[in-house]
Amino acid sequence: MNRTRRRKAFSGIVVFLCGAAVFLALIPLFFVFGYVIEKGFSSLSWDFFTRMPKPVGEPGGGMANAMVGTVYLIVIAGAFAVPVGVIAGVYLTEYGKKTFGSLVRFTADVLNGVPSIVIGIFAYGLAVLPVKHFSALAGGLALGFMMIPIITRTTEELLNLVPGTLREGALALGATRARAAFSVMVPAALPGIMTGVLVALARIAGETAPLLFTAFNNRYFSTSLVQPISSLPVQIYTYAVSPYEDWHRQAWAGALVLVGFVFVFSVLARVVTRRLERMHRA
Amino acid sequence: MKSPSSRRSADDRGFRLGTGFFALLVVLLVAGIFWELYRTSQLSLAKFGFRFWTGKTWDPVSGEFGALPFIWGTLYSSILAMLISTPIALGIAIYLSELSPRRLRTPLAFLTELLAAVPSIVYGLWGVFVLVPIVRKLQVVTPDWLKKVPLFSGPPLGVGMGAAALILAVMVIPFTSSVAREVLKAVPASQREAAYALGATRWEAIRAALRFGRTGIIGAVILGFGRAVGETMAVTMVIGNNPQIKASLFAPQYTMAAVIANEFTEAADDLYLSALIEIGLVLFVITVFINAISRLLIWSVTREVKAQVPKPTATVAFAAPTGGGQ
Amino acid sequence: MSETVVSEMETSAGGPAPGAEPTSAAAVSSLAGRKIRMESKRLNFHYGPKQALWDISLQIPEKTVTAFIGPSGCGKSTFLRCLNRMNDIIPDTRVEGDVLLDGNDIYGPGTDIVDLRRRVGMVFQKSNPFPKSIFENVAYGLKINGLASRGEMPERVEKALRRAALWDEVKDRLDASAMGLSGGQQQRLCIARAVAVEPEVLLMDEPCSALDPIATGKVEELIHELQREFTIVIVTHNMQQAARVSEFTAFFMLGRLVEHDRTEKLFTNPGQKITEDYITGRFG
Ligand SMILES: Nc1ncnc2c1ncn2[C@@H]1O[C@H](COP(=O)(O)OP(=O)(O)O)[C@@H](O)[C@H]1O
Ligand SMILES: [Mg+2]
Repeated sequence: MNRTRRRKAFSGIVVFLCGAAVFLALIPLFFVFGYVIEKGFSSLSWDFFTRMPKPVGEPGGGMANAMVGTVYLIVIAGAFAVPVGVIAGVYLTEYGKKTFGSLVRFTADVLNGVPSIVIGIFAYGLAVLPVKHFSALAGGLALGFMMIPIITRTTEELLNLVPGTLREGALALGATRARAAFSVMVPAALPGIMTGVLVALARIAGETAPLLFTAFNNRYFSTSLVQPISSLPVQIYTYAVSPYEDWHRQAWAGALVLVGFVFVFSVLARVVTRRLERMHRA
Repeated sequence: MKSPSSRRSADDRGFRLGTGFFALLVVLLVAGIFWELYRTSQLSLAKFGFRFWTGKTWDPVSGEFGALPFIWGTLYSSILAMLISTPIALGIAIYLSELSPRRLRTPLAFLTELLAAVPSIVYGLWGVFVLVPIVRKLQVVTPDWLKKVPLFSGPPLGVGMGAAALILAVMVIPFTSSVAREVLKAVPASQREAAYALGATRWEAIRAALRFGRTGIIGAVILGFGRAVGETMAVTMVIGNNPQIKASLFAPQYTMAAVIANEFTEAADDLYLSALIEIGLVLFVITVFINAISRLLIWSVTREVKAQVPKPTATVAFAAPTGGGQ
Repeated sequence: MSETVVSEMETSAGGPAPGAEPTSAAAVSSLAGRKIRMESKRLNFHYGPKQALWDISLQIPEKTVTAFIGPSGCGKSTFLRCLNRMNDIIPDTRVEGDVLLDGNDIYGPGTDIVDLRRRVGMVFQKSNPFPKSIFENVAYGLKINGLASRGEMPERVEKALRRAALWDEVKDRLDASAMGLSGGQQQRLCIARAVAVEPEVLLMDEPCSALDPIATGKVEELIHELQREFTIVIVTHNMQQAARVSEFTAFFMLGRLVEHDRTEKLFTNPGQKITEDYITGRFG
């Protein structure tokens, strides 16, 4: 009897500690979000969105070029990573039961864990070293390589939510396998695939390390593929490690914009995925 | 599945090969990264050989490159981070999969996973302006007798190993916890029921589940370790960037990823660049290795269970319409 | 320890039909004089908004086998799991009514669930050994409940394995993983694990449904042996099995207890029309 009570007490303590762990993890979350929101909002201004950076040490200016640069880099990355990732995901759903499918899945997961800075070196070797010139293209490549495994896996996962009966239905009507995949399966999973892409975008939008020596940085506005280009994360980094108060404030403002972006897409992705799950389960 | 007409099977083949090519690209990408890093680090590989990894001096000016301090910094910071994050991450996974009221589960899971969505640079910014000053204050109030212990020695700089380990721990928690949760989800309810039916308490039943999924749980922890090893920006910003091998939590040190981030654009000569790329190569090999192992461990639980347990819901779903039609 | 003994009560025709007015505490005439181990009184059970059991009143006599039969989804497992409060671990479930074990309400405030589940053991539909050695599986319940010292453990494990008729097959490899046993052996291991903690009642939820006929035969033989020491309740969807192993049978339908009687009587001369339809295979 006594022993049972002791076991139950111990069980209760462990249960409590597990709850405490959740609480403990939420502290830094609120701490980080709190600072970013507080410091970011107080530094955010119209200029921040519309102006270019000022020369070193001069107060004022904004991150207009960095924001455009980030969007530009994302577009370059998405332009090749989305088709590759989605089609690879389609392959995994349609034919991925065999050894090669497992190998691809495995490699994608492993690639997902390769540090972004290493991907940066790879893009540097591909697109910077041969021409001895930092460029938006190199930055976009680095980000795109990071997106591919994420999109591949989310596409596969979401296509698997679509009932196989849909495919069989199309095949029974005389559709080819390709027809069935792209005219029935993919459209059914499209909202999910799009969110998968958005999640991948949100993930890479904040990446700094692979851009440091590929896209590099640029004080001016640029939309050239072969010129260095500014980006929000690199700009935040540059400002954060600078000795200037005003730049620190701008770094916080930049962080707020970045976090806001990531947050919106995370919420959106969750809502769409859950709706999709519910739809196909019912 | 056999197709009735040959035209269709030819189409099918084209479709399979066409999409298969893109799948192959994923594999080629990993091979390509290895090849490219290997190729561009030849200079350093040839000149230093294994000495590169045992040397303690990193002096670009005199062309002396020893990477031991970076290996040390990477391993030390990652291990410290795992010591802090593992119990918390497992606690979260257990709470969310076994204990939490259903209504709280989704929002809490979302919040903890949000930790993973915050970009590294934002953690770094927060580290520089919030965490580092806190650590500095801690150092100032550290009593003298404690400072004599090697673990806490050094001037009060704030930046250093301790700050880096803390920030890494926060960043790694969501990875470990979400995978551990997935593993626990894959543990069949029958394991917990078996324990309960023998008079187990809640914790004893959870232990039975943990025990069943332990390879996967270990995989989750290793996965977190892989993340910590490769993490760059936040660490770069708070670790102090000083290539030295110290036990002290307060000493500025350096990691493999951080030295690449800091010095890559400054590497003026080919040997220097090549040495940095060699560090990248080893970082790549290590993380691929860690991730491969962790994935295999995780899959061994989640796959095996999927294969073992027949899905009753599917049979019910398919049985209903046919039965009704008869 | 209080014991309930059924009085000589006249019940003409088992329990109520589905949809009919339930009669309370329908007792089976042939239970008269038997010692009752467990008893449910007007038990209702709900999964969230969905009611799964209606007004189940049933008595389970000691040291014999009672079988629950009925079409799939009729609530057999649900009722069985009410008897050791296994449903407590499913969120959003609700119980009304009483379940008595030796006369004490197990849903009452004084009940220690951990102890209850030790006294009312359970064997599941699909064998669920722990991924540990054969020895450790059997020792598990003894260990967590502190029922045997380290020294006594081998003896207790052997006894349990012998009772489960598994000893001869595994005595040379007690340290081997339980996962390496065949399906039938795994299920008997689970039975050994359950009897090791000396429960008073043993609940079995379709213990043979995943086994081949030979393994099924062995488990049935085992059940026949075990009834000398334990009170056994077995759920089965196989009517022949119920007829072979049990002394009493309860027929469930749509969450209600339709009829409860001596197995022989229920199968040869059922009191209800639906029971007859069911056992003669005229529906379902
Ligand atoms: N965990 C659960 N949640 C909701 N409903 C359940 C659950 N388990 C069983 N049910 C429902 O309760 C009813 C009785 O189920 P069950 O007791 O498993 O039947 P049986 O064992 O006789 O086949 C069924 O309609 C089933 O769908
Ligand atoms: Mg059942």
